[in-house]
Amino acid sequence: MSIPLDAAEVLNREFLDIRARLLHLAASLDRLDRAEGVVSDDPRLAKIRAGLEILGGDEAERAERIQLLFSRPYDANWVKSLGVERRGER
Amino acid sequence: MYYIDPHIHMVSRVTDDYETLAKMGCVAVSEPAFWAGFDRGSVDGFRDYFRQLTEFETKRAGWYGIQHYTWLCINAKEAENVSLSREVIAMIPEFLDKPGVLGIGEIGLNKNTKNEATIFLEHLDLAAKTDELILIHTPHLEDKYQGTRMILDMLNGDRRLEHHRVLVDHVEEHTIRAVLDDGYWAGMTLYPTSKCTPERAVDMVEMYGPERLMVNSAGDWGPSKPTAVPDFILAMRLRGHPESLIRRVVYENPVKFFSQSRNFDFTPPETYEAVG
Repeated sequence: MSIPLDAAEVLNREFLDIRARLLHLAASLDRLDRAEGVVSDDPRLAKIRAGLEILGGDEAERAERIQLLFSRPYDANWVKSLGVERRGER
Repeated sequence: MYYIDPHIHMVSRVTDDYETLAKMGCVAVSEPAFWAGFDRGSVDGFRDYFRQLTEFETKRAGWYGIQHYTWLCINAKEAENVSLSREVIAMIPEFLDKPGVLGIGEIGLNKNTKNEATIFLEHLDLAAKTDELILIHTPHLEDKYQGTRMILDMLNGDRRLEHHRVLVDHVEEHTIRAVLDDGYWAGMTLYPTSKCTPERAVDMVEMYGPERLMVNSAGDWGPSKPTAVPDFILAMRLRGHPESLIRRVVYENPVKFFSQSRNFDFTPPETYEAVG
């Protein structure tokens, strides 16, 4: 299923919103810089930087990749590592 | 446009919200059992809660012409108390034949722990034995991806369950594909901060199509917006989508999924218009 609007219409509608969100992000990062103390080693900051790289790239599915960036990785062996007893028919 | 909110916690909302929902076109709600904001201390506490869901909320919704349906369970946050959880699961069948009870829910995971997974599996066992529909809560934020994958592992591992009778809620961009690909229904929750916005929900309709997809507000006692589904309707219209597509997502899909329950005694609004 496609978007009924063409790219020019989407940009027209969303330009000011995107601009405002970029400013919001920029001001938040500036606020971090101005605040006392050091958080440069905080892993959340590295995630934010990685997220900004995703936004700046040309690859599609940015929202999904941002979600995965901020997610714990999936442990396929979770049944064993948690020690869960499976019930029900399999 | 008439719509159904398939996931909203009306016990946490004031009566005025029912009036607002009715004015905005809401004709039915389905209310999963959930966490009250504190851990309940006994099985009788849950019995009273289930009475509230199956008796009083139905009546309160009816004051505004809204049809009220519900789901029963002990939620994932309280599943850490395994012995109480098992008492509640054993008590649930007392209510399963009450009018408007659609199934077991919202079961799921919160922090993806052993106890949560254990109680989730025991809820699945109850649903399989009693032939109930299932409504599933997926975790928030950084736990959502792992938790959703764990939930799909457990669902896919039980061959008694029919996938089209399970709704996996709170899907987002990184979890929706796996849920739909495995044949389950998916619910997108419109929540101010931790879940999805109306615009992103429209994006997901565009990317995955309307098949087995619903949208809900999950309005509860926290920061949430019970009128989020009308926000989605407006966002779809502004994006240029036809009314038929919007109606399918916000009305026809919930009716189709809920109709699989023997307790979904739904009166379509067109019917009561004719009577009136």
